[in-house]
Amino acid sequence: MEREAEQFHGQHQGIWVFIEVKDGAIAHVSLELLGAGRMLADKRKSLLSGILIGDQVDHLADELYEYGADQVYVYDDPIYRFYRTESYMRALLDCIRKHKPEILLYGATSTGKDLASAVATDLPTGLTADTTQLDVEADTGLLQASRPAFGGNIMATILCKKYRPQMATVRPKVMKALPQQAGRQGVLIQERIAITEAQIRTKVLEIVRSTIQRVRIDEADIIVAGGKGLGSPAGFELIHELAHTLGGAVGASRDVVEAGWVAHHHQVGQTGVTVTPKIYFAIGISGAIQHIVGMQNSALIIAINKDPTAAIFQASHYGIVGDALTIVPMLIEAFKVAIGRKEEVDVGKI
Amino acid sequence: MLHIVVCIKQVPDTKIIKMNPKTNTMDRSSAPAILNPYDTHAVEEAVRLRARYGGRVSVLTMGPPPAVKAIKKCIEIGADEGYMISDRAFAGADTLATSYALTKALEKIAAEYAPVDLILCGKMTIDGDTGQVGPGIARRLDMPPLTSVNKVVELNLEERFAIVHRKLEDGYEVIQSTLPCLMSVEKTINEVPYSTMPNMLRAARYQPQIWAVSDLPNIDKTQLGLKGSPTIVSAVWAPQKPQGGKLIEGDAKQQVEELISVLMEQRILFEATPRGGEH
Ligand SMILES: Cc1cc2nc3c(=O)[nH]c(=O)nc-3n(C[C@H](O)[C@H](O)[C@H](O)COP(=O)(O)OP(=O)(O)OC[C@H]3O[C@@H](n4cnc5c(N)ncnc54)[C@H](O)[C@@H]3O)c2cc1C
Ligand SMILES: Cc1cc2nc3c(=O)[nH]c(=O)nc-3n(C[C@H](O)[C@H](O)[C@H](O)COP(=O)(O)OP(=O)(O)OC[C@H]3O[C@@H](n4cnc5c(N)ncnc54)[C@H](O)[C@@H]3O)c2cc1C
Repeated sequence: MEREAEQFHGQHQGIWVFIEVKDGAIAHVSLELLGAGRMLADKRKSLLSGILIGDQVDHLADELYEYGADQVYVYDDPIYRFYRTESYMRALLDCIRKHKPEILLYGATSTGKDLASAVATDLPTGLTADTTQLDVEADTGLLQASRPAFGGNIMATILCKKYRPQMATVRPKVMKALPQQAGRQGVLIQERIAITEAQIRTKVLEIVRSTIQRVRIDEADIIVAGGKGLGSPAGFELIHELAHTLGGAVGASRDVVEAGWVAHHHQVGQTGVTVTPKIYFAIGISGAIQHIVGMQNSALIIAINKDPTAAIFQASHYGIVGDALTIVPMLIEAFKVAIGRKEEVDVGKI
Repeated sequence: MLHIVVCIKQVPDTKIIKMNPKTNTMDRSSAPAILNPYDTHAVEEAVRLRARYGGRVSVLTMGPPPAVKAIKKCIEIGADEGYMISDRAFAGADTLATSYALTKALEKIAAEYAPVDLILCGKMTIDGDTGQVGPGIARRLDMPPLTSVNKVVELNLEERFAIVHRKLEDGYEVIQSTLPCLMSVEKTINEVPYSTMPNMLRAARYQPQIWAVSDLPNIDKTQLGLKGSPTIVSAVWAPQKPQGGKLIEGDAKQQVEELISVLMEQRILFEATPRGGEH
């Protein structure tokens, strides 16, 4: 592979976001990246572009403008009906080689990571993994991408000085999408490459969506999370009950998931989901750093733990030192009363 | 005959690693070195495929001399042979330089033993945790990369294809790929049983082949190590912990009452309810 990216001589310009499409809709992480990309583009006084690859996707461009994109490159062809590394990589490499972006961001999802790693090798260029903070030097365009490593024990800032584009995968739910600006316009740029089915060595035979109704903890405003301190699966039932009372979702520490008290998609943290609810209850959770990194951006964190020295208290706004098995049932009763009263007030107003 | 090569890495056990609070650096000596947990499953999967289809399982690592231990662990799981590339010139490699060096070693293994039908990697490591090395190797060897694999349904060695399940955020997809290909595997792909006594005895005696840069043919030294790495780590710090908040005093009843009144006062609870709520 030739090292074409090495001599970039400053002709690389613009901030790009790879737009992930799932079941005909834009993945939320792509909107979040447009929010982050807008900040970078404004600092660099350059354009923000989305790269949209798929089958019958060009109408999605309008939504991308409304979330901050100035222009959208589209590769629209039945061959892109399913994500496949080889077909998407070819389109993206074509676009990068032709239009030379300065920075290219991808969601750190199964698709984004797969695509970004392949593209980085071919260019070649540097790829920062699983970024949680982004900034750019306004005058040089040097991207400062920071990420957790060593199981969340450290944060590191990664630079890619000599190669362009600078690329990073960015963790979902960490960046903020801009508020949708209805009617905001942009420019659509149709692109096309010659590509045939015979050139692609993989086929998607079937897509199986999990049928279990998932509690979308990444979208919940209230999360009640429980840890090993609940003592048993029966104790953990209290977490479900409190969540139900508040209309929130159930979260969990990894140890609870590993013990089999609750399914993995409830796990919050480094190897689980990153969440940003308005209220986060951490009940019987010790507060290991790998857990903290997944919930520390919650607006209000309330911890209940019987050990006054538990690390979770350092990470929370309000703490109750006490036995969860006593406190939580009392909370459930009290909330039922409080919320009931609140509903009466609202009804009275109407 | 099926030839599988598994790429494996020795990593510090990040569950045990300690930070020096004064210097904000990691105390690596505090953490025992282990075989990357995802790679344990990759080796186990290779061993299972060998049981189904016959053939040989080779493992390959790039690392400092103590990484021999990680290879021995793979022999315990049931791998046939181990190879290690170890040289100061590899130090400081990012994922681009790592995949380059490993590709050169894979070419040598293929030349000396047999062409490679399948390369297995872990989904990611628990130290660098980028997940970028596997797909990088696949591109360099021009093999289809299959990431997040959690089931190998079939290898068809006559017609040269593989069928796998690839994990998605909300389910999985069934993919057919030509062989050779590279798969990076999830932990859910299998469970690793305890090692057998014969494998443990063999592992205790086993010495892998160790190659330096000069042993790898046609290697471009400018693509190795720190020099060959486009990314650099410019700063490292301990993640900032939120400042500790207010502890609510009193007996259980008082604590509960005060918490509720705090939430009522701030109105957060009731403003939050509609979107997260079930009604
Ligand atoms: C690479 C890596 C990734 C990881 N990823 C994650 C992750 O994504 N998410 C995650 O959560 N963890 C993760 N971990 C694990 C993490 O390090 C901790 O082991 C885990 O979070 C601890 O879970 P816990 O707090 O439920 O259990 P424990 O540490 O056992 O804590 C239980 C707590 O409950 C309290 N308690 C006990 N009884 C009661 C009671 N009756 N009432 C109230 N309190 C009580 C105790 O005082 C204690 O503080 C990861 C670890 C590694 C190495
Ligand atoms: C704090 C910090 C942050 C870093 N961030 C980045 C970054 O953002 N981008 C970047 O390009 N590099 C980064 N690096 C460098 C990266 O950690 C190294 O290149 C590392 O050697 C390989 O990456 P990984 O551990 O993430 O492997 P992964 O890509 O996560 O490993 C996946 C699989 O590849 C195989 N594999 C990986 N390494 C080896 C090996 N040495 N020998 C054999 N098989 C192997 C294994 O099967 C493994 O399961 C960072 C390093 C540090 C210290």
